[in-house]
Amino acid sequence: MKSGSLHKEHNLLAYFLLGPWLFGFCLLFLIPMLSSLYFSFTSFNMLKPPRFIGAANYVRLVNDPDFWLSLKITFSYVLMVVPLRLVVALVIALLLVIPSKSSGIYRTIFYIPSVIGGSVAVSIIWKQIFGNPGVIMTWLNQIGVPMKTSLLGNENTALLVIVLMGIWQFGSSMLIFLAALKQISRTFYDAALIEGANPLQRFFKITLPIITPTIFFNLMLQIINGFKVFNEGYIITGGGPNKATLFYVLNLYNRAFRYLDMGYSSALAWILVVIVALVSAFVFKTQNKWVFYEQKEGK
Amino acid sequence: MISQKRTYQILYHTAAILIAITMIYPLLWMLMSSFKANNEIFITATSLIPKTWDIAHNYSNGWKGILGVGFWMFILNSLFVASLSTLGGVFSSLLAGYAFARLKFKGSKIFFACVMATMMIPPQVMIVPQYIIFKSLHLLDNRLAMILPWLFGSAFFIFLIMQFFRGIPIAMDEAAEIDGCNKLQTLFMVLLPNVTPALITSSIFSFYWSWQDFFNPLIFMNTTKKFPVSLGLRLFLDPESASEYGSMLAMSTISIIPVLAIFIFFQRYLVEGTAKSGIKG
Repeated sequence: MKSGSLHKEHNLLAYFLLGPWLFGFCLLFLIPMLSSLYFSFTSFNMLKPPRFIGAANYVRLVNDPDFWLSLKITFSYVLMVVPLRLVVALVIALLLVIPSKSSGIYRTIFYIPSVIGGSVAVSIIWKQIFGNPGVIMTWLNQIGVPMKTSLLGNENTALLVIVLMGIWQFGSSMLIFLAALKQISRTFYDAALIEGANPLQRFFKITLPIITPTIFFNLMLQIINGFKVFNEGYIITGGGPNKATLFYVLNLYNRAFRYLDMGYSSALAWILVVIVALVSAFVFKTQNKWVFYEQKEGK
Repeated sequence: MISQKRTYQILYHTAAILIAITMIYPLLWMLMSSFKANNEIFITATSLIPKTWDIAHNYSNGWKGILGVGFWMFILNSLFVASLSTLGGVFSSLLAGYAFARLKFKGSKIFFACVMATMMIPPQVMIVPQYIIFKSLHLLDNRLAMILPWLFGSAFFIFLIMQFFRGIPIAMDEAAEIDGCNKLQTLFMVLLPNVTPALITSSIFSFYWSWQDFFNPLIFMNTTKKFPVSLGLRLFLDPESASEYGSMLAMSTISIIPVLAIFIFFQRYLVEGTAKSGIKG
Protein backbone atom coordinates (compact mmCIF):
# COMPACT_ATOMS: atom_id res chain seq x y z
CA MET A 1 0.00 0.00 0.00
CA LYS A 2 2.70 2.48 0.94
CA SER A 3 4.50 2.30 -2.38
CA GLY A 4 1.29 1.74 -4.27
CA SER A 5 1.47 4.97 -6.22
CA LEU A 6 4.80 3.92 -7.72
CA HIS A 7 3.16 1.05 -9.56
CA LYS A 8 0.00 2.85 -10.61
CA GLU A 9 -0.34 4.47 -13.99
CA HIS A 10 0.01 8.23 -13.97
CA ASN A 11 -1.28 9.05 -17.41
CA LEU A 12 -2.35 12.63 -16.84
CA LEU A 13 0.76 13.67 -14.95
CA ALA A 14 3.01 11.98 -17.50
CA TYR A 15 1.33 13.68 -20.46
CA PHE A 16 1.53 16.97 -18.61
CA LEU A 17 5.26 16.57 -18.02
CA LEU A 18 5.83 15.40 -21.57
CA GLY A 19 3.76 18.36 -22.76
CA PRO A 20 6.51 20.77 -23.80
CA TRP A 21 8.47 18.08 -25.58
CA LEU A 22 5.32 16.70 -27.19
CA PHE A 23 4.32 20.15 -28.42
CA GLY A 24 7.76 20.70 -29.95
CA PHE A 25 7.71 17.20 -31.41
CA CYS A 26 4.41 17.84 -33.19
CA LEU A 27 5.22 21.40 -34.31
CA LEU A 28 8.82 20.87 -35.40
CA PHE A 29 9.02 17.19 -36.26
CA LEU A 30 5.80 15.26 -36.86
CA ILE A 31 3.84 17.88 -38.79
CA PRO A 32 6.91 18.89 -40.84
CA MET A 33 7.68 15.24 -41.64
CA LEU A 34 4.15 14.54 -42.84
CA SER A 35 3.72 17.79 -44.72
CA SER A 36 7.06 17.36 -46.42
CA LEU A 37 5.85 13.95 -47.57
CA TYR A 38 2.80 15.69 -49.06
CA PHE A 39 4.87 18.51 -50.60
CA SER A 40 7.11 15.94 -52.23
CA PHE A 41 4.16 15.04 -54.48
CA THR A 42 3.48 18.65 -55.42
CA SER A 43 4.91 21.49 -57.41
CA PHE A 44 5.37 24.30 -54.91
CA ASN A 45 7.30 27.58 -55.06
CA MET A 46 5.90 29.40 -51.99
CA LEU A 47 4.18 31.98 -54.18
CA LYS A 48 1.27 29.84 -55.35
CA PRO A 49 -0.40 27.06 -53.35
CA PRO A 50 1.08 23.59 -53.86
CA ARG A 51 -0.20 21.74 -56.94
CA PHE A 52 -0.42 17.93 -56.84
CA ILE A 53 1.77 16.38 -59.54
CA GLY A 54 1.96 12.74 -58.43
CA ALA A 55 5.39 11.12 -58.41
CA ALA A 56 6.85 13.59 -60.93
CA ASN A 57 9.38 14.95 -58.43
CA TYR A 58 10.71 11.46 -57.78
CA VAL A 59 10.96 10.74 -61.50
CA ARG A 60 12.81 14.02 -61.98
CA LEU A 61 15.14 13.13 -59.13
CA VAL A 62 16.22 9.87 -60.75
CA ASN A 63 17.14 11.81 -63.89
CA ASP A 64 18.85 14.67 -62.07
CA PRO A 65 22.67 14.49 -62.35
CA ASP A 66 23.04 16.81 -59.34
CA PHE A 67 21.11 14.34 -57.18
CA TRP A 68 23.42 11.46 -58.09
CA LEU A 69 26.50 13.66 -57.79
CA SER A 70 25.56 14.96 -54.34
CA LEU A 71 24.72 11.42 -53.25
CA LYS A 72 28.11 10.19 -54.45
CA ILE A 73 29.95 13.05 -52.73
CA THR A 74 28.10 12.54 -49.46
CA PHE A 75 28.75 8.78 -49.47
CA SER A 76 32.45 9.39 -50.25
CA TYR A 77 32.57 11.84 -47.38
CA VAL A 78 30.91 9.43 -44.94
CA LEU A 79 32.99 6.47 -46.13
CA MET A 80 36.20 8.42 -45.59
CA VAL A 81 35.49 10.47 -42.50
CA VAL A 82 33.72 7.85 -40.36
CA PRO A 83 36.32 5.05 -40.45
CA LEU A 84 39.28 7.43 -40.33
CA ARG A 85 37.87 9.40 -37.44
CA LEU A 86 37.10 6.21 -35.49
CA VAL A 87 40.56 4.71 -36.09
CA VAL A 88 42.29 7.93 -35.05
CA ALA A 89 40.01 8.23 -32.01
CA LEU A 90 40.74 4.65 -30.96
CA VAL A 91 44.51 4.91 -31.43
CA ILE A 92 44.65 8.13 -29.43
CA ALA A 93 42.40 6.66 -26.73
CA LEU A 94 44.83 3.72 -26.46
CA LEU A 95 47.63 6.23 -25.97
CA LEU A 96 45.71 8.15 -23.32
CA VAL A 97 44.66 5.10 -21.35
CA ILE A 98 48.31 4.60 -20.38
CA PRO A 99 48.48 6.01 -16.83
CA SER A 100 50.38 9.29 -16.80
CA LYS A 101 50.20 12.53 -14.89
CA SER A 102 49.74 14.59 -18.01
CA SER A 103 47.13 12.44 -19.79
CA GLY A 104 44.39 14.77 -18.49
CA ILE A 105 45.95 17.76 -20.23
CA TYR A 106 46.39 15.86 -23.48
CA ARG A 107 42.79 14.68 -23.33
CA THR A 108 41.61 18.25 -22.91
CA ILE A 109 43.63 19.50 -25.88
CA PHE A 110 42.52 16.64 -28.13
CA TYR A 111 38.89 17.26 -27.24
CA ILE A 112 38.88 21.01 -27.97
CA PRO A 113 38.45 20.76 -31.78
CA SER A 114 35.40 18.57 -31.24
CA VAL A 115 33.85 21.18 -28.96
CA ILE A 116 34.29 24.13 -31.30
CA GLY A 117 34.05 22.12 -34.52
CA GLY A 118 30.56 23.26 -35.44
CA SER A 119 31.39 26.95 -35.26
CA VAL A 120 31.71 29.24 -38.25
CA ALA A 121 35.08 30.36 -36.85
CA VAL A 122 36.55 26.91 -37.54
CA SER A 123 35.26 26.92 -41.11
CA ILE A 124 36.86 30.34 -41.55
CA ILE A 125 40.19 29.07 -40.22
CA TRP A 126 40.06 26.07 -42.53
CA LYS A 127 39.42 28.33 -45.49
CA GLN A 128 42.40 30.51 -44.56
CA ILE A 129 44.70 27.54 -44.10
CA PHE A 130 43.83 25.52 -47.20
CA GLY A 131 42.41 28.24 -49.46
CA ASN A 132 43.95 30.93 -51.60
CA PRO A 133 45.51 32.98 -50.13
CA GLY A 134 46.33 30.49 -47.42
CA VAL A 135 48.93 29.03 -45.13
CA ILE A 136 49.64 25.99 -47.33
CA MET A 137 49.99 28.14 -50.47
CA THR A 138 52.38 30.51 -48.71
CA TRP A 139 54.43 27.66 -47.33
CA LEU A 140 54.72 25.89 -50.69
CA ASN A 141 55.84 29.17 -52.22
CA GLN A 142 58.49 29.60 -49.57
CA ILE A 143 59.97 26.15 -50.12
CA GLY A 144 59.96 26.75 -53.86
CA VAL A 145 57.05 24.57 -55.08
CA PRO A 146 54.45 27.21 -55.97
CA MET A 147 51.00 25.90 -56.88
CA LYS A 148 48.47 27.50 -59.19
CA THR A 149 45.39 26.42 -57.29
CA SER A 150 44.95 25.87 -53.58
CA LEU A 151 43.88 22.52 -52.16
CA LEU A 152 40.38 23.94 -51.75
CA GLY A 153 40.39 25.32 -55.27
CA ASN A 154 41.25 21.94 -56.77
CA GLU A 155 38.29 19.68 -57.41
CA ASN A 156 40.36 16.58 -56.67
CA THR A 157 41.40 17.68 -53.20
CA ALA A 158 38.64 20.01 -51.92
CA LEU A 159 36.61 17.14 -50.47
CA LEU A 160 39.71 15.70 -48.80
CA VAL A 161 40.32 19.01 -47.02
CA ILE A 162 36.81 18.85 -45.58
CA VAL A 163 37.35 15.19 -44.64
CA LEU A 164 40.51 16.26 -42.82
CA MET A 165 38.47 18.80 -40.88
CA GLY A 166 36.10 15.97 -39.86
CA ILE A 167 38.96 13.75 -38.70
CA TRP A 168 40.44 16.63 -36.71
CA GLN A 169 37.25 16.55 -34.63
CA PHE A 170 37.76 13.02 -33.31
CA GLY A 171 37.51 14.17 -29.68
CA SER A 172 34.05 12.96 -28.74
CA SER A 173 34.62 9.48 -30.21
CA MET A 174 37.94 9.40 -28.38
CA LEU A 175 36.22 10.10 -25.05
CA ILE A 176 33.68 7.34 -25.62
CA PHE A 177 36.49 4.87 -26.44
CA LEU A 178 38.50 6.05 -23.46
CA ALA A 179 35.58 5.40 -21.09
CA ALA A 180 35.19 1.88 -22.52
CA LEU A 181 38.92 1.11 -22.37
CA LYS A 182 39.11 2.15 -18.73
CA GLN A 183 36.44 -0.38 -17.82
CA ILE A 184 38.29 -3.39 -19.17
CA SER A 185 39.31 -5.51 -16.21
CA ARG A 186 43.06 -5.86 -15.61
CA THR A 187 42.69 -9.58 -15.03
CA PHE A 188 42.26 -10.19 -18.78
CA TYR A 189 45.62 -8.61 -19.47
CA ASP A 190 47.33 -10.31 -16.54
CA ALA A 191 46.16 -13.67 -17.84
CA ALA A 192 47.37 -12.78 -21.34
CA LEU A 193 50.76 -11.73 -20.00
CA ILE A 194 51.15 -15.08 -18.26
CA GLU A 195 50.31 -16.80 -21.56
CA GLY A 196 53.05 -14.68 -23.16
CA ALA A 197 50.89 -12.64 -25.52
CA ASN A 198 52.63 -9.68 -27.17
CA PRO A 199 51.05 -6.19 -27.22
CA LEU A 200 49.54 -6.66 -30.69
CA GLN A 201 47.99 -9.99 -29.73
CA ARG A 202 46.64 -8.42 -26.55
CA PHE A 203 45.05 -5.65 -28.57
CA PHE A 204 43.45 -7.88 -31.21
CA LYS A 205 42.45 -10.76 -28.93
CA ILE A 206 41.33 -8.86 -25.83
CA THR A 207 40.86 -5.11 -26.22
CA LEU A 208 39.26 -5.06 -29.64
CA PRO A 209 36.59 -7.76 -29.02
CA ILE A 210 35.66 -6.24 -25.66
CA ILE A 211 35.09 -2.78 -27.08
CA THR A 212 33.15 -3.85 -30.19
CA PRO A 213 29.86 -2.62 -28.64
CA THR A 214 31.49 0.81 -28.20
CA ILE A 215 32.80 0.74 -31.75
CA PHE A 216 29.31 -0.10 -32.95
CA PHE A 217 27.75 2.73 -30.92
CA ASN A 218 30.34 5.22 -32.21
CA LEU A 219 29.87 3.97 -35.75
CA MET A 220 26.09 4.47 -35.73
CA LEU A 221 26.47 7.94 -34.21
CA GLN A 222 29.10 9.04 -36.72
CA ILE A 223 27.23 7.71 -39.74
CA ILE A 224 24.09 9.63 -38.78
CA ASN A 225 26.21 12.73 -38.14
CA GLY A 226 28.08 12.28 -41.41
CA PHE A 227 24.99 12.55 -43.58
CA LYS A 228 24.17 15.91 -42.00
CA VAL A 229 27.32 17.59 -43.34
CA PHE A 230 26.39 21.07 -44.55
CA ASN A 231 28.20 24.01 -42.91
CA GLU A 232 31.61 23.10 -44.32
CA GLY A 233 30.31 22.91 -47.86
CA TYR A 234 28.24 26.05 -47.57
CA ILE A 235 30.81 28.25 -45.81
CA ILE A 236 34.18 27.00 -47.02
CA THR A 237 33.63 25.92 -50.61
CA GLY A 238 30.09 26.90 -51.54
CA GLY A 239 29.76 23.41 -52.99
CA GLY A 240 32.61 23.93 -55.43
CA PRO A 241 34.94 23.89 -57.15
CA ASN A 242 32.91 22.55 -60.04
CA LYS A 243 30.43 20.97 -57.58
CA ALA A 244 33.17 18.83 -56.00
CA THR A 245 31.76 19.42 -52.50
CA LEU A 246 28.07 19.59 -53.33
CA PHE A 247 26.89 17.66 -50.29
CA TYR A 248 23.40 16.18 -50.30
CA VAL A 249 22.01 18.64 -47.76
CA LEU A 250 23.67 21.56 -49.55
CA ASN A 251 21.99 20.53 -52.79
CA LEU A 252 18.69 20.23 -50.91
CA TYR A 253 19.17 23.69 -49.41
CA ASN A 254 20.01 25.23 -52.78
CA ARG A 255 16.94 23.65 -54.39
CA ALA A 256 14.67 24.88 -51.61
CA PHE A 257 15.93 28.35 -50.80
CA ARG A 258 17.81 29.45 -53.94
CA TYR A 259 15.41 28.10 -56.55
CA LEU A 260 12.31 27.99 -54.29
CA ASP A 261 11.75 24.48 -55.57
CA MET A 262 9.99 23.37 -52.37
CA GLY A 263 8.22 20.32 -53.80
CA TYR A 264 11.34 18.88 -55.35
CA SER A 265 13.49 19.56 -52.29
CA SER A 266 10.88 17.79 -50.13
CA ALA A 267 11.31 14.74 -52.35
CA LEU A 268 15.08 15.05 -51.86
CA ALA A 269 14.51 15.25 -48.09
CA TRP A 270 12.44 12.07 -48.03
CA ILE A 271 14.97 10.16 -50.09
CA LEU A 272 17.58 11.21 -47.53
CA VAL A 273 15.42 9.85 -44.70
CA VAL A 274 15.13 6.54 -46.55
CA ILE A 275 18.88 6.42 -47.25
CA VAL A 276 19.87 7.14 -43.64
CA ALA A 277 17.34 4.58 -42.42
CA LEU A 278 18.61 1.92 -44.85
CA VAL A 279 22.27 2.52 -44.03
CA SER A 280 21.57 2.47 -40.27
CA ALA A 281 19.48 -0.68 -40.60
CA PHE A 282 22.25 -2.32 -42.63
CA VAL A 283 24.92 -1.47 -40.06
CA PHE A 284 22.55 -2.58 -37.32
CA LYS A 285 22.04 -5.96 -39.05
CA THR A 286 25.78 -6.56 -39.36
CA GLN A 287 26.30 -6.29 -35.62
CA ASN A 288 25.53 -10.01 -35.12
CA LYS A 289 28.60 -10.74 -37.20
CA TRP A 290 31.15 -8.65 -35.33
CA VAL A 291 29.79 -7.10 -32.16
CA PHE A 292 30.55 -9.11 -29.05
CA TYR A 293 28.12 -8.72 -26.16
CA GLU A 294 29.33 -10.23 -22.90
CA GLN A 295 25.90 -11.17 -21.57
CA LYS A 296 25.04 -13.26 -24.63
CA GLU A 297 28.26 -15.27 -24.32
CA GLY A 298 27.51 -15.96 -20.67
CA LYS A 299 24.24 -17.76 -21.33
CA MET B 1 64.65 -1.84 -16.94
CA ILE B 2 64.49 1.74 -15.66
CA SER B 3 66.02 3.10 -18.83
CA GLN B 4 63.51 1.15 -20.91
CA LYS B 5 60.69 2.70 -18.92
CA ARG B 6 62.27 6.09 -19.51
CA THR B 7 62.41 5.48 -23.28
CA TYR B 8 58.72 4.58 -23.27
CA GLN B 9 57.92 7.74 -21.39
CA ILE B 10 59.85 9.90 -23.81
CA LEU B 11 58.13 8.20 -26.75
CA TYR B 12 54.72 8.67 -25.14
CA HIS B 13 55.20 12.36 -24.49
CA THR B 14 56.79 13.05 -27.88
CA ALA B 15 53.84 11.43 -29.63
CA ALA B 16 51.27 13.17 -27.43
CA ILE B 17 52.88 16.59 -27.74
CA LEU B 18 53.19 16.28 -31.53
CA ILE B 19 49.50 15.39 -31.80
CA ALA B 20 48.59 18.18 -29.40
CA ILE B 21 50.42 20.74 -31.53
CA THR B 22 48.66 19.51 -34.67
CA MET B 23 45.30 19.72 -32.94
CA ILE B 24 45.81 23.18 -31.58
CA TYR B 25 47.73 24.69 -34.48
CA PRO B 26 44.68 25.97 -36.45
CA LEU B 27 43.45 27.79 -33.35
CA LEU B 28 46.88 29.19 -32.54
CA TRP B 29 47.18 30.34 -36.13
CA MET B 30 43.85 32.15 -35.87
CA LEU B 31 44.81 33.80 -32.58
CA MET B 32 48.29 34.88 -33.65
CA SER B 33 47.16 36.05 -37.10
CA SER B 34 44.50 38.20 -35.45
CA PHE B 35 47.41 40.15 -33.92
CA LYS B 36 49.14 40.71 -37.27
CA ALA B 37 48.79 43.67 -39.59
CA ASN B 38 46.21 42.92 -42.26
CA ASN B 39 48.64 42.87 -45.20
CA GLU B 40 51.09 40.72 -43.30
CA ILE B 41 48.84 37.77 -42.50
CA PHE B 42 49.46 35.73 -45.63
CA ILE B 43 52.99 36.96 -46.33
CA THR B 44 54.11 35.57 -42.97
CA ALA B 45 51.41 32.91 -42.81
CA THR B 46 53.84 30.18 -41.82
CA SER B 47 55.16 32.05 -38.81
CA LEU B 48 53.06 32.38 -35.71
CA ILE B 49 54.82 35.44 -34.30
CA PRO B 50 53.70 38.75 -35.85
CA LYS B 51 56.38 41.10 -37.21
CA THR B 52 54.21 44.09 -36.47
CA TRP B 53 51.60 43.74 -33.77
CA ASP B 54 48.32 45.29 -34.85
CA ILE B 55 45.96 44.13 -32.12
CA ALA B 56 44.13 47.41 -31.67
CA HIS B 57 43.27 47.85 -35.34
CA ASN B 58 41.99 44.31 -35.94
CA TYR B 59 39.89 44.07 -32.82
CA SER B 60 38.47 47.58 -32.90
CA ASN B 61 37.81 47.37 -36.61
CA GLY B 62 36.15 43.98 -36.29
CA TRP B 63 34.17 45.12 -33.28
CA LYS B 64 32.65 47.87 -35.45
CA GLY B 65 31.06 44.99 -37.25
CA ILE B 66 29.75 44.75 -40.76
CA LEU B 67 26.99 46.27 -42.90
CA GLY B 68 26.50 48.96 -40.27
CA VAL B 69 25.82 46.49 -37.44
CA GLY B 70 28.30 46.35 -34.57
CA PHE B 71 29.73 42.95 -33.68
CA TRP B 72 28.44 43.39 -30.12
CA MET B 73 24.93 43.22 -31.59
CA PHE B 74 25.63 39.75 -32.99
CA ILE B 75 26.96 38.73 -29.60
CA LEU B 76 23.90 40.06 -27.79
CA ASN B 77 21.62 38.22 -30.22
CA SER B 78 23.53 34.99 -29.70
CA LEU B 79 23.51 35.37 -25.93
CA PHE B 80 19.76 35.95 -26.01
CA VAL B 81 19.16 32.93 -28.23
CA ALA B 82 21.58 30.64 -26.40
CA SER B 83 20.35 31.46 -22.90
CA LEU B 84 16.64 31.09 -23.64
CA SER B 85 17.22 27.96 -25.72
CA THR B 86 19.23 26.44 -22.91
CA LEU B 87 16.80 27.31 -20.13
CA GLY B 88 13.75 26.09 -22.03
CA GLY B 89 15.41 23.10 -23.64
CA VAL B 90 16.93 21.71 -20.47
CA PHE B 91 13.76 22.28 -18.44
CA SER B 92 11.59 20.52 -21.04
CA SER B 93 14.09 17.67 -21.17
CA LEU B 94 14.12 17.39 -17.37
CA LEU B 95 10.34 16.96 -17.25
CA ALA B 96 10.34 14.42 -20.07
CA GLY B 97 13.35 12.57 -18.68
CA TYR B 98 11.62 12.22 -15.31
CA ALA B 99 8.40 10.99 -16.89
CA PHE B 100 10.23 8.31 -18.89
CA ALA B 101 12.35 7.21 -15.94
CA ARG B 102 9.78 7.15 -13.15
CA LEU B 103 6.19 7.17 -14.37
CA LYS B 104 4.10 4.37 -15.78
CA PHE B 105 1.79 5.63 -18.50
CA LYS B 106 -0.04 4.50 -21.59
CA GLY B 107 2.05 4.81 -24.76
CA SER B 108 5.34 5.38 -22.95
CA LYS B 109 7.13 3.00 -25.33
CA ILE B 110 5.75 4.73 -28.41
CA PHE B 111 6.65 8.15 -27.08
CA PHE B 112 10.14 6.98 -26.28
CA ALA B 113 10.52 5.58 -29.78
CA CYS B 114 9.51 9.02 -31.06
CA VAL B 115 12.25 10.62 -28.95
CA MET B 116 14.79 8.26 -30.47
CA ALA B 117 13.47 8.88 -33.99
CA THR B 118 14.21 12.59 -33.68
CA MET B 119 17.81 11.63 -33.02
CA MET B 120 18.10 9.52 -36.16
CA ILE B 121 16.66 11.89 -38.73
CA PRO B 122 18.82 14.69 -40.15
CA PRO B 123 17.20 17.95 -38.99
CA GLN B 124 17.58 19.51 -42.43
CA VAL B 125 14.89 17.15 -43.71
CA MET B 126 12.18 19.15 -41.93
CA ILE B 127 13.46 22.53 -42.97
CA VAL B 128 11.01 23.30 -45.79
CA PRO B 129 7.84 22.65 -43.77
CA GLN B 130 9.38 24.33 -40.71
CA TYR B 131 10.02 27.39 -42.84
CA ILE B 132 6.40 27.37 -43.97
CA ILE B 133 5.09 26.87 -40.43
CA PHE B 134 7.26 29.71 -39.10
CA LYS B 135 6.12 31.88 -41.96
CA SER B 136 2.45 31.27 -41.17
CA LEU B 137 3.14 32.01 -37.49
CA HIS B 138 4.83 35.29 -38.57
CA LEU B 139 8.03 34.15 -36.90
CA LEU B 140 10.36 34.54 -39.88
CA ASP B 141 13.11 37.05 -39.22
CA ASN B 142 12.06 37.08 -35.57
CA ARG B 143 14.74 36.14 -33.02
CA LEU B 144 12.27 33.64 -31.51
CA ALA B 145 12.63 31.55 -34.68
CA MET B 146 16.21 30.76 -33.68
CA ILE B 147 15.09 29.71 -30.20
CA LEU B 148 12.06 27.60 -31.03
CA PRO B 149 13.97 24.64 -32.47
CA TRP B 150 15.77 24.19 -29.12
CA LEU B 151 13.05 25.24 -26.69
CA PHE B 152 11.19 21.96 -26.28
CA GLY B 153 14.07 19.71 -25.36
CA SER B 154 16.33 17.36 -27.24
CA ALA B 155 16.53 13.59 -27.42
CA PHE B 156 20.12 13.56 -26.18
CA PHE B 157 19.28 15.53 -23.05
CA ILE B 158 16.13 13.52 -22.33
CA PHE B 159 18.18 10.36 -22.66
CA LEU B 160 21.00 11.62 -20.44
CA ILE B 161 18.68 12.95 -17.73
CA MET B 162 16.61 9.77 -17.82
CA GLN B 163 19.79 7.72 -17.24
CA PHE B 164 20.58 9.81 -14.17
CA PHE B 165 17.07 9.36 -12.76
CA ARG B 166 17.37 5.59 -13.27
CA GLY B 167 20.54 5.69 -11.20
CA ILE B 168 18.70 7.04 -8.15
CA PRO B 169 17.35 4.28 -5.82
CA ILE B 170 13.56 4.04 -5.99
CA ALA B 171 13.61 4.05 -2.17
CA MET B 172 14.12 7.80 -2.31
CA ASP B 173 10.79 8.24 -4.11
CA GLU B 174 9.12 5.93 -1.61
CA ALA B 175 10.54 7.79 1.36
CA ALA B 176 9.41 11.10 -0.07
CA GLU B 177 5.92 9.75 -0.62
CA ILE B 178 5.66 8.44 2.92
CA ASP B 179 6.58 11.95 4.05
CA GLY B 180 3.62 13.17 2.04
CA CYS B 181 5.25 14.52 -1.10
CA ASN B 182 3.33 14.29 -4.33
CA LYS B 183 5.12 13.37 -7.57
CA LEU B 184 6.06 16.94 -8.48
CA GLN B 185 7.32 17.71 -4.98
CA THR B 186 9.36 14.50 -5.09
CA LEU B 187 10.83 15.54 -8.41
CA PHE B 188 11.76 19.10 -7.53
CA MET B 189 12.56 18.81 -3.83
CA VAL B 190 14.03 15.34 -3.44
CA LEU B 191 15.34 14.00 -6.75
CA LEU B 192 16.53 17.19 -8.43
CA PRO B 193 19.85 17.52 -6.57
CA ASN B 194 20.76 14.02 -7.75
CA VAL B 195 20.41 14.87 -11.41
CA THR B 196 22.21 18.23 -11.37
CA PRO B 197 25.30 16.80 -13.11
CA ALA B 198 23.08 15.76 -16.02
CA LEU B 199 21.42 19.17 -16.04
CA ILE B 200 24.78 20.95 -16.10
CA THR B 201 26.06 18.74 -18.91
CA SER B 202 22.87 19.30 -20.90
CA SER B 203 23.05 23.05 -20.32
CA ILE B 204 26.61 23.26 -21.58
CA PHE B 205 25.88 21.31 -24.75
CA SER B 206 22.67 23.21 -25.29
CA PHE B 207 24.57 26.48 -24.99
CA TYR B 208 27.19 25.26 -27.46
CA TRP B 209 24.67 24.07 -30.02
CA SER B 210 22.56 27.19 -29.97
CA TRP B 211 25.59 29.49 -29.83
CA GLN B 212 27.20 27.80 -32.83
CA ASP B 213 23.98 27.06 -34.71
CA PHE B 214 24.31 28.22 -38.29
CA PHE B 215 21.63 26.33 -40.18
CA ASN B 216 18.47 27.57 -38.43
CA PRO B 217 19.49 31.27 -38.46
CA LEU B 218 20.53 30.93 -42.10
CA ILE B 219 17.04 29.76 -43.02
CA PHE B 220 14.94 31.92 -40.73
CA MET B 221 16.75 35.26 -40.44
CA ASN B 222 17.05 38.13 -42.93
CA THR B 223 17.87 41.35 -41.14
CA THR B 224 21.56 41.82 -40.36
CA LYS B 225 20.72 43.53 -37.06
CA LYS B 226 19.10 40.31 -35.81
CA PHE B 227 21.91 37.98 -36.88
CA PRO B 228 23.65 35.75 -34.31
CA VAL B 229 27.44 35.54 -34.18
CA SER B 230 27.54 32.60 -36.61
CA LEU B 231 25.77 34.49 -39.41
CA GLY B 232 27.57 37.74 -38.58
CA LEU B 233 30.97 36.05 -38.90
CA ARG B 234 29.96 34.49 -42.17
CA LEU B 235 29.44 38.02 -43.58
CA PHE B 236 33.17 38.65 -43.24
CA LEU B 237 33.70 36.04 -45.96
CA ASP B 238 31.59 37.95 -48.49
CA PRO B 239 33.59 39.33 -51.42
CA GLU B 240 33.07 42.98 -50.39
CA SER B 241 34.76 42.47 -47.04
CA ALA B 242 36.98 39.52 -47.84
CA SER B 243 40.23 41.47 -47.61
CA GLU B 244 39.66 42.35 -43.94
CA TYR B 245 41.39 39.17 -42.80
CA GLY B 246 42.65 40.69 -39.57
CA SER B 247 39.21 41.75 -38.35
CA MET B 248 37.69 38.48 -39.49
CA LEU B 249 40.18 36.39 -37.52
CA ALA B 250 39.92 38.72 -34.52
CA MET B 251 36.14 38.29 -34.40
CA SER B 252 36.46 34.54 -35.00
CA THR B 253 38.66 34.45 -31.91
CA ILE B 254 36.09 36.44 -29.93
CA SER B 255 33.32 34.09 -31.07
CA ILE B 256 34.92 30.99 -29.58
CA ILE B 257 36.03 32.57 -26.30
CA PRO B 258 32.71 31.83 -24.50
CA VAL B 259 32.81 28.24 -25.75
CA LEU B 260 36.39 27.70 -24.62
CA ALA B 261 35.81 29.43 -21.28
CA ILE B 262 32.87 27.17 -20.46
CA PHE B 263 34.85 24.20 -21.65
CA ILE B 264 37.73 24.95 -19.33
CA PHE B 265 35.51 25.53 -16.28
CA PHE B 266 33.14 22.63 -16.78
CA GLN B 267 35.39 20.12 -18.50
CA ARG B 268 34.52 17.33 -16.09
CA TYR B 269 30.82 17.48 -16.94
CA LEU B 270 31.49 17.48 -20.67
CA VAL B 271 33.81 14.53 -20.49
CA GLU B 272 31.36 12.47 -18.44
CA GLY B 273 28.39 13.53 -20.53
CA THR B 274 30.05 12.52 -23.78
CA ALA B 275 31.25 9.25 -22.40
CA LYS B 276 27.76 8.37 -21.11
CA SER B 277 25.53 9.49 -23.95
CA GLY B 278 27.71 10.04 -26.99
CA ILE B 279 26.79 13.70 -27.26
CA LYS B 280 29.04 15.50 -29.67
CA GLY B 281 30.37 18.92 -28.79
